[in-house]
Amino acid sequence: MKNISNCRIKFSRFNSPLWRDKALAASALKEMERLAAKAVAKTGRNAALMEVCGSHTMAIAASGMRRLFPKGLKMLSGPGCPVCVTAQGDIDLILELAAKPGVIIATFGDMLKVKGSDGMDLHSLREKGARVSVVYSPLDAVELAKENPGQQVVFAGVGFETTAPVIAGTVMRARAEKIKNFSVIPLFKLVPPALELLLKDPGHNISGFMLPGHVSAIIGLAPYRFVADKYHVPCVVTGFEPLDILTGINMLLRQIISGGPEVEDEYSRAVKAEGNPRALEIMRQVFAVTGARWRSIGLIRKSGLGFTEAFSGFDAVKRFKLSYHAAPEPKGCICGSILLGKALPADCKLFARVCAPSNAVGPCMVSSEGACAAWFKYGG
Amino acid sequence: MTHELISSLFLKAFFNPALAPLEDSAEIRAGKARLAFTTDSYVVDPLEFPGADIGRISVCGTVNDLAVKGAKPLAISAAFIIEEGFPLALLKKLTGSMRKAAREAGVLIVTGDTKVVEKGKADKLFINTSGVGLIPVGLKLSSSFIRPGDSVILSGRLADHGVAVMNARGRLGLSGDIRSDAAPLNAMIARALKVSSKIRAIRDITRGGLGTVLNEAALACHAAIEINETEVPVKPAVESACRLLGLDPLYVANEGKAVLFAGASDSAKIVSALRAGKYGREARVIGRVVKAKTPQVRLNTTIGGARLITMLEGEQLPRIC
Repeated sequence: MKNISNCRIKFSRFNSPLWRDKALAASALKEMERLAAKAVAKTGRNAALMEVCGSHTMAIAASGMRRLFPKGLKMLSGPGCPVCVTAQGDIDLILELAAKPGVIIATFGDMLKVKGSDGMDLHSLREKGARVSVVYSPLDAVELAKENPGQQVVFAGVGFETTAPVIAGTVMRARAEKIKNFSVIPLFKLVPPALELLLKDPGHNISGFMLPGHVSAIIGLAPYRFVADKYHVPCVVTGFEPLDILTGINMLLRQIISGGPEVEDEYSRAVKAEGNPRALEIMRQVFAVTGARWRSIGLIRKSGLGFTEAFSGFDAVKRFKLSYHAAPEPKGCICGSILLGKALPADCKLFARVCAPSNAVGPCMVSSEGACAAWFKYGG
Repeated sequence: MTHELISSLFLKAFFNPALAPLEDSAEIRAGKARLAFTTDSYVVDPLEFPGADIGRISVCGTVNDLAVKGAKPLAISAAFIIEEGFPLALLKKLTGSMRKAAREAGVLIVTGDTKVVEKGKADKLFINTSGVGLIPVGLKLSSSFIRPGDSVILSGRLADHGVAVMNARGRLGLSGDIRSDAAPLNAMIARALKVSSKIRAIRDITRGGLGTVLNEAALACHAAIEINETEVPVKPAVESACRLLGLDPLYVANEGKAVLFAGASDSAKIVSALRAGKYGREARVIGRVVKAKTPQVRLNTTIGGARLITMLEGEQLPRIC
């Protein structure tokens, strides 16, 4: 990961202007209008499609396509922003560690301003003298550990299946290099169990899932089968360019019309049915599936990743004997309902009045991938 | 944070008519002459990055602050705060960059100051430069002169500088054409002013990016600014890097780009004047100013959608996935 130069080559193919072409978009939208009307006629209700991934939320907002959507189609934001789904008590664990002398917290940038129960965040702790280092790659955290042999470097392991393999690789590197002062707080979440949680609610109104392209590049298509087979909800793994999204929506609408839910792959230039076996293998060696705590939802069985026995020495929770305390969410904040697709950011009393990116109350406003941040920045 | 400090503390403490507009340079009078006067401190980390270094931007930044007021830069000062133990060879190299940039801009560094502080009391090297320039007789540029119907002209591709610095700072190892665009823009701007008397305002697009500059302009002229995403150029490698890091190129810093607001009938002339030199080769009209009740900036997206470009809240932070 240190040298991610090959991204450039991949991106040149990914970035083709055709994925943003106006004429192609116009014809996709025309098709969408026709399909949406048909889907409404078939089901007797509006199609409510959930974009599970925060990057989709951002891409939809940034391309200004929401106002181009036809009648009968509604997009809901789902539980796919890693910062947003982290339980308040787990955020508190990170902050508790950051306040300990001799500890350096290494984190991705979007964790910096997520507030703990006491209103403090990593940013404000840093101003008070705590050592918090923003890294672009977890491997930088290992370098940090080497440069600071007298300190304990702890990586805040927040993320989905996209992030976990890179961190697993980092942990393997740390073990190979016998680095003793590096550890990870494992707060990883898995996407499929989150979908199941949404579907188990008999009152759910989700007519289809736009599935995350990046996560699926790792896990492949099979883990989503149950959504189509057991819950009969259409699924399309979708890329992040405007035309990917428009195409993904049309594929979902066609599934609704045909009445035969499947797991389709719109993003086949990045996502293979089998996923990325090498990444999965690295992840399997370092992490094991475990229960995880989700914001405002609580503990979901088998919905996260913890360390395997062989790598448990890198578990910061064990190393520092941290104990979890459930903590209430900020008063008035409805991030939890927004994550479940039950409310829109504008439904929140705090939105844009009290809660703004510069003074975020809940994590959906902090993270660049959060639904509230997207609505705030680009207008709903 | 900085904005708050300026409005609540510095502006109150020092209030006077020259300072009040808070533009890139202040205008002061010396007899009949009107002078533009500006200062800036440079604390960029790392000191060197592809395409430029702290020396080059310390000269270009100040030259550009003068140039966007239409002023011909006359002289600049340079003050150095150096951390004890700073390598002399590097200092020599950085001052060499300053000399080169000053020569290119046609301006002399005429005065300066040096302070060496104890190790740990400063981060390697800070440079402050101030500049003074002569505003041509009769020329007056201000964002408050922008009016509905005006064209919005951008001098080139966005986000090169910010991404180059981030790439070097985070040791991201992104290869490809990612280089700072730091450049003195005075010659380019002088060419544009020569061909058109309908240029209302010019802004250099530094920290906060085009999004911030356009919002400030919309507020100053009480109108809406509408730009077209298809016309806003970003280098493919820079765009890829922005996507990877979750950054919006519209808010990323530049050090060698300007945006001009001008009467639409002159826009073709201005664009070709900008294009006549190497720093304006990709200049183009990116949008227009329209009448509106509330000042705002709108982006017509490539796929035919539209959205707001708001004032950036806080800094952009690299994301998780």
